[in-house]
Amino acid sequence: MSINCLTPAFLIERDKDRCIDCQVCVRQCANEAHRWDEEEQRVFSEDANCVNCHRCVVMCPTKALHIKKFPLEFRYNANWTQEAMRAIYLQAETGGVLLTGMGNDRPYPIYWDHMLLNASQVTNPSIDPLREPMELKTYLGRKPDFLKIKNGKLLEDIPPQLELELPIMFSAMSFGSISLNAHKSLAAAAKKAGTYWNTGEGGLHKDLVEHGDHTIVQVASGRFGVDADYLKTAAAIEIKIGQGAKPGIGGHLPGEKVGEEVSQTRMIPLGTDAISPAPHHDIYSIEDLRQLIYSLKEATEYQKPIFVKIAAVHNVAAIASGIVRAGADVVAIDGFRGGTGAAPLRTRDSVGIPIEFALAAVDTRLREEGIRNKVSLVVGGSIRNSSDIVKAVALGADAVYIATSALISLGCHMCQKCYTGKCNWGIATQDPQLTKRLNPEIGAERAANLLKAWAHEIEELLGGMGINALESLRGNRLMLRGIGLTDRELNILGIKAAGE
Amino acid sequence: MKRVYAREEYCVGCKLCEIYCIAAHSKYKNDLVKTFKKEANPPISRILVEESRPVSFALQCRHCEDAPCTKACIVGAMQKNPKTGVVTNEEERCVGCWTCVLVCPFGAITRDERGHKVASKCDLCSDNSQMPACVEHCPNRALVYSEYVSNNGTK
Amino acid sequence: MHYVIIGNSAAAVGAVEGIRKVDKENPITLISDEPYHTYSRPLISYFLAGKVTEEKMLYRGQDFYQKNTVTTLLGQKAIAIDTDSKEVRLENNEVLVYDKLLVATGGTPFIPPMAGLEKKNVFTFIKKDDVKAISKVVATGKKAVIVGAGLIGLKAAEGLSSLGVDVTIVELANRVLSAILDEDGADIVRKHLEKRGIKFELNTSVEAITGGEEAQGVTLKNGKSISADLVIVAVGVRPNTEVAENSKIAVNRGIVIDEKCQTSIQSVYAAGDVAEGYDLIFAQNRVLPILPNAYCQGETAGLNMAGSESIFSGGFAMNSIGFYGLPMITAGIVKPEGNGYEVLVELVPEQSLYKKIILKDNIVVGFIYLNKVDRAGIITSLIREKTNVVDFKEKLLKDSFGYIDLPQQLRKSKLLKGDSMSCW
Repeated sequence: MSINCLTPAFLIERDKDRCIDCQVCVRQCANEAHRWDEEEQRVFSEDANCVNCHRCVVMCPTKALHIKKFPLEFRYNANWTQEAMRAIYLQAETGGVLLTGMGNDRPYPIYWDHMLLNASQVTNPSIDPLREPMELKTYLGRKPDFLKIKNGKLLEDIPPQLELELPIMFSAMSFGSISLNAHKSLAAAAKKAGTYWNTGEGGLHKDLVEHGDHTIVQVASGRFGVDADYLKTAAAIEIKIGQGAKPGIGGHLPGEKVGEEVSQTRMIPLGTDAISPAPHHDIYSIEDLRQLIYSLKEATEYQKPIFVKIAAVHNVAAIASGIVRAGADVVAIDGFRGGTGAAPLRTRDSVGIPIEFALAAVDTRLREEGIRNKVSLVVGGSIRNSSDIVKAVALGADAVYIATSALISLGCHMCQKCYTGKCNWGIATQDPQLTKRLNPEIGAERAANLLKAWAHEIEELLGGMGINALESLRGNRLMLRGIGLTDRELNILGIKAAGE
Repeated sequence: MKRVYAREEYCVGCKLCEIYCIAAHSKYKNDLVKTFKKEANPPISRILVEESRPVSFALQCRHCEDAPCTKACIVGAMQKNPKTGVVTNEEERCVGCWTCVLVCPFGAITRDERGHKVASKCDLCSDNSQMPACVEHCPNRALVYSEYVSNNGTK
Repeated sequence: MHYVIIGNSAAAVGAVEGIRKVDKENPITLISDEPYHTYSRPLISYFLAGKVTEEKMLYRGQDFYQKNTVTTLLGQKAIAIDTDSKEVRLENNEVLVYDKLLVATGGTPFIPPMAGLEKKNVFTFIKKDDVKAISKVVATGKKAVIVGAGLIGLKAAEGLSSLGVDVTIVELANRVLSAILDEDGADIVRKHLEKRGIKFELNTSVEAITGGEEAQGVTLKNGKSISADLVIVAVGVRPNTEVAENSKIAVNRGIVIDEKCQTSIQSVYAAGDVAEGYDLIFAQNRVLPILPNAYCQGETAGLNMAGSESIFSGGFAMNSIGFYGLPMITAGIVKPEGNGYEVLVELVPEQSLYKKIILKDNIVVGFIYLNKVDRAGIITSLIREKTNVVDFKEKLLKDSFGYIDLPQQLRKSKLLKGDSMSCW
């Protein structure tokens, strides 16, 4: 064995006065960062194994554990940071592509935090949502160009719509990338909250068919788990073109994660790698996309809205326009901070654009082209809280997709090690020893609580603006002001500066 | 009667139930640090986590309707409370003959030989609280305290 | 309705509790030739060693008879039963009329023929009075010979030895505890006791108790003589069927009972060491002189006497006992004879550790746990329920053997049983 230059990333601090050597930490760490020493009759730490997932910290009954950044100092260098050097040490060791999980963690600007919301004062009254009705109901789908009404009846057929009690859905995460218990949690929470969850490209497990009316099923480049029943069970179908964490990249679920259940659900042989190609091999143009959209519509008798999901990239507005013209009912755009179970680090951190810009650009473009009514816009990629959602709606979104925040509600502590399959929280793993840590009963409650809490907050924010229906905020960029933004940025976002 | 039921599909094998059981029966009730650091000879757990990865579950006295330990006890120390249904061992009278160990179909009675030998078993924390300590502190609801739970864990 | 119970130990108490589960009113009369509140027979060796007080020997609290409205005739002996007139005759010629009768007269010491039995300081060891008598002659430095290395003999030896008495045990068989242990297990126990100073004479028996008016020693069939200040005859017990002998009640080795613990005569029940009930392992009626069996038969009899139909599916031999901190639990067939048995063994003599499990057709029919006895009851329940263990046979001997080793379905059916939970 030759020298390994990698030093531990984290330091486990054990308060000796509090530690009772009960070994809960030992039993809970899948990374073996805690070890029971039979001879010494006490627990020791293996700092190098720690990924800082906080499982032990949370489980420790005496709160005897703290995790810190490993206090090793590298000589200061503004260019050659510790991070840059550690990456090289690791690649020198392995010769491999750097992998990571969850979303882009680089300190790029977060534009949500550079936008401020309006509130009513004197000239228009604010509304108290505890006293007055407040409408968050959202319909996703293509809307007709005109409404013709005769004798009080609507004359045209309204294209299929997805009815949401609140403008938040759980975005796509496949069974394989996350556990069945995570799927169960999200599906039950979606049903409880009156919204939808998304299977991702991994098929719909048989246990979840009962939640079909609250399920958006995905059709992606690998076409895993897709058959007629899958499409018919769902409330809507999403064609996945790309994802914010890794635009232009496909997916790869290693064979060892393809166990009995995953294999059945994905409809692939046990233990085989599940490779989702980077492109759909039958889509090389907007016209090809249209064929797939209409194939799916045909297959489901035009009863279900078809989503097309793309990553936010440089020319997203033009692409979105094409997608609308190809017949999509909903365009979902995933920003560059969107999460993932596994992505090449350099792609995740350097490809794509912020969702705020993509949303503003797409909404503006579709309006300019007069086709905004033909489609609903759903945005995702690091929606962190309810005010992000209100700002997104004001910028032009019909609804948002959340995934990272949903997983955090289930216990995820963002250690970014999803790709190792050793998620100590039972989320991003198929190891039966770990998946049972997520009790879907608890998971569903927590995820539903999050939606409920955010819905309350959205109502508060709307009320403050004197708005009693979310519909009245959609695309109402006058409710936004920019702060700390350049003219160019304000211009793209289509908002005024604070004080204007 | 209310019993503690284990739902093995959610047991994470952390053994917090054992740890809190020990504390609940120590003289520093519910103070873990004192229980484990100050008590010279802390109690033994009355709940046992059985594990063979990935399966694990906690098991304790089932407080049988027709409890064999109460019938086998040679001194009459093991009794089922006719009102609450809780089976408890009157440790003062127990002589540690382990006949209850011989007949308990669940292997839920342990030998406590720290001092005067006594059979130690779950008392459903009947002295302490509404909720047995193991259930209260189970982080994943793998233990439920209820009237009856069917095989799939639903009420 | 008048219930009469002859006896005052586990079976009798079981019957009282059984009756009172159903019938809280009708009178119960309990007759016992011992003048004591119900006490635990197995505790007499603890009493001898001074480990429990007389008060702590009580099998049920002081208010037991009162609480259960039982009229007691303690210190009075029932001598005959007339099943036609439904009468029990006492030694003082008093006659009790019963509607339902339970005979729970227990066992009586079996005393093999030997010369000198009439001498002073020759005792048996099954009752409290035996202990009281022995205690009077016992002192540090005295010498005792115990005839019989069974449960009673060894317990008496332990009690005496802890009082500083020099003890020698004479046993006809080739080993101690021959009824519940095989040679390997018995060897461990004997060595354990020898370390504590107890001496053994195996494969021999007492020819005569020597001495004048008082016993002064024994001569053995192997030619040896041992001096002794007291002799305890603890060869075994046999059913105390005396009271039923001149009645119409069918008596084999013990009083024959059915699964309701009723004798051959309607309204007459029997339970405990006097009875011969169903043995689940041998699939025939056998005398099983063990306390759990006595209580369960008594309770079953009581329930049926009070009109609540109840069945005791049967018992089998099982014992939990320990000597000087060496615990052992055994049940069923421990030394199989004949074909068709499979034996699983783990033996570590230097740690006094022994586990032996005997199977027939993949069903456990007996076991020995020496030293590590934890969770033995799971094995006992496998015997009782005749569980086919083919799927987990190789795990039975594991130190950590438990419910985790049972197939999931079987495990769940046992653990998630709910209110219908009944183990026996």
